[in-house]
Amino acid sequence: MSTSHVLSEPVIRPQSKRFSLDGLQKWLPKLVLAPTMLITIVCIYGYMAWTTLISFSNSSFLPSYKLVGFKQYIKLLDNDRWLVSSTNLLIFGLLFIAICLVLGIFLAILLDQQIQQEGAIRTIFLYPMAISFIVTGTAWKWILNPGLGLEKMLNDWGWSSFQFDWLVDPQMSIYTLVIAAVWQSSGFVMALFLAGLRGIDPAIVKAAQIDGASKPTIYRRIVLPCLRPVFFSAIIVLSHIAIKSFDLVTALTSGGPGYSSDLPALFMYSHAFTRGQMGLGAASAMMMLAGVLAILVPYLYSELRGQRHD
Amino acid sequence: MTSTTVNTEVMKKPLQPGRWLIYGILILFALIYLMPLIVMLLTSFKTSADIRSGNLMSLPTEWVFDGWIKAWGSACTGVNCDGIKGYFWNSMQMVIPAVLISTMMGAFNGYVLAKWRFRGSDLFFSLMLFGCFIPFQVILLPMAQSLGYVGLANTTAGLVTVHVIYGVAFTTMFFRNYYVSIPDELVKAAKLDGAGFFTIFFRILLPISKPIFMVCVIWQFTAIWNDFLFGVVYSAGDTQPMTVALNNLVNTSTGVKEYNVDMAAAILAALPTLLVYFFAGKYFVRGLTAGVVKG
Repeated sequence: MSTSHVLSEPVIRPQSKRFSLDGLQKWLPKLVLAPTMLITIVCIYGYMAWTTLISFSNSSFLPSYKLVGFKQYIKLLDNDRWLVSSTNLLIFGLLFIAICLVLGIFLAILLDQQIQQEGAIRTIFLYPMAISFIVTGTAWKWILNPGLGLEKMLNDWGWSSFQFDWLVDPQMSIYTLVIAAVWQSSGFVMALFLAGLRGIDPAIVKAAQIDGASKPTIYRRIVLPCLRPVFFSAIIVLSHIAIKSFDLVTALTSGGPGYSSDLPALFMYSHAFTRGQMGLGAASAMMMLAGVLAILVPYLYSELRGQRHD
Repeated sequence: MTSTTVNTEVMKKPLQPGRWLIYGILILFALIYLMPLIVMLLTSFKTSADIRSGNLMSLPTEWVFDGWIKAWGSACTGVNCDGIKGYFWNSMQMVIPAVLISTMMGAFNGYVLAKWRFRGSDLFFSLMLFGCFIPFQVILLPMAQSLGYVGLANTTAGLVTVHVIYGVAFTTMFFRNYYVSIPDELVKAAKLDGAGFFTIFFRILLPISKPIFMVCVIWQFTAIWNDFLFGVVYSAGDTQPMTVALNNLVNTSTGVKEYNVDMAAAILAALPTLLVYFFAGKYFVRGLTAGVVKG
C-alpha cells in the first residue's frame, strides 16, 4: 500500500501543478527576453529614429525639434571638412581593406605550409587585435614622429637621406592611419583565412596534385575560390572597422594637420559634442548609417538568398 | 589529426631552399608585428635624455622606472596630475559589472532564442543582430540625452549601462549559436520529466556552457576595456576610463613631451587585454571568428 501511495503521488502532483505552471512556463521565455527586446526597440531603433529627427531639426547646442527639412544635409554636403572626411574614408577604407586582405591571405598561405612553431607565430600576428586603437595610435604616433621615430632610427643606421614626415604632411597624413590600422587588423584577416584554409577538403587538393597542378596554381584556381565566403566576411568586418574608425584617428593624428586626416566618425563627434552643431552632427551620423547599409544590405540579401538555395 | 604525416613532412621539408624563404618571410613579419611593442617597452625604460640621444630600437643606456612611476602616479591628464591609476580602476569598475551583466543576459537570451522559440523570435534575433552592425554615431546623441534624463550622465554606472545595452546583442549571438548546436531532444526529455524553464537551464545547459562563457567574457572584456567612443562621450573628469585618460595624457600640450611616460601609460592601458590574450588566446580567437560567422 505504502509503495503504491508513494508511486502515485508524483504522478498526480505534477499533473495538477503543470496545469497552473503551463501559463507561467509559456510566459517565462518571453519575460526573460523582454528587457533585451525593450533595449533593442528603444536604444537601437528608437534612437535611430530620434537621431533622424534631430538631423531634420535646427538643433545646435541643445536639441530643438523645430523641423527645417533637409537644411542640415545641404549644409553638410556644402561643408569642406565633411567632403575631406568622406573622401578620406574612401581612401582609408579601400587601402585598409585591400592591404589587410592581401597581407592576411599571404601570411595565411605561408602559415599553412606545415610550419614549426605555427602557434607562436600566429599569436604574434594576432596580438595587435587585442589592443585598443588608442594604444595603437599612441604607439604609432611615436614611431612615425618625424624627428625622433623611424626617420631617426634609419638615419642612425646609415640611411642618412631617409625622410618620413607623413604624420605632419597634410597630403600624406591619411596614409599614416592606413599603416597603423593595417598593423592592427591584418592578423585578424590572417586568422580568418587560416581557419578557412583548414576547412578545405584535402581530397580536392590531393586530386589536383595528382593531376600535376603546381602549388601556386592550386591556390589560385582551387583554394582561393573556395574561400569566397571568407572574403565576404572579412570585407564586411573590415569596412565596419573603417567606417567606425574614431579612436585611431583621435589618438594618431586628431584629424590633423588641419583637418587633412579627418574621418566622418571624428567629424560627427566634434560637431555634435564639442562645436554645438547637433543637427549637423546628426546628419553626418545618418550619412554614416547610409554608408553601412549600402554595404550590409546587399550582403545580407545575398546571404539569405544563398541559404534558401541550399 | 594526421600528426605522423605532418611530422615526416616537417622533418624533410627544411632541406629545401623554398622552406628557408617561407620561414624567413614569416620571421620578418613577426618582427614587424612585434616592433611597436618592443619600441614601447624600450622607450618606457629610458630617460628623456636617452630618448633624444638614442633611437627607437636602441637599448636604454640605463634602465629606469621613472616613466612607469610617473605614468601611474603623477603624470598630467588634462588638468589633473595624479597619473592614470585612478582611471585604471575606473575601467576596472566599469568592465567587471558590464561584462558580468551582459554575459548573464546573453546566456538567458540565447537559451530562449535557441530552445524556447516563439512566433517572431527569429525575426527579433535578426533585428537585434542587425542592430550591432550600425555605426554607434547614430545612437550617440539620444543616448546622451537619455542618460541625462535618468541622472546617469558622467557616471561609471552610466557607462556600464551603455556597454550592457550595446554588448547584449553580441553575447546573445554567442550563446544562441552555441545552444542551437545542442540537441533539442535533451531539452524535450527534460520537459517531459516536468523540468521547468530555469531547471533546464541550470541543470542541463549551464554545466556544459563553460567554453562559451569563456569566449563571451573575454570578448566583452576586450571590447569594453578597449572602448573609447562611449568613454569619451558619456564620462567626464574623474569617471573617465583608461583609454580616454591615455589619450588625454598623450595629447596634453603643456610642458615637455615625455615619451617614456606616454609609452608606459600605453602599455598599462594595453596590459589587461594583452594578458587575457596570451593566457586565453584561443577563446579570444574563437570570439573573433564567431563574431564574423553569424548564425
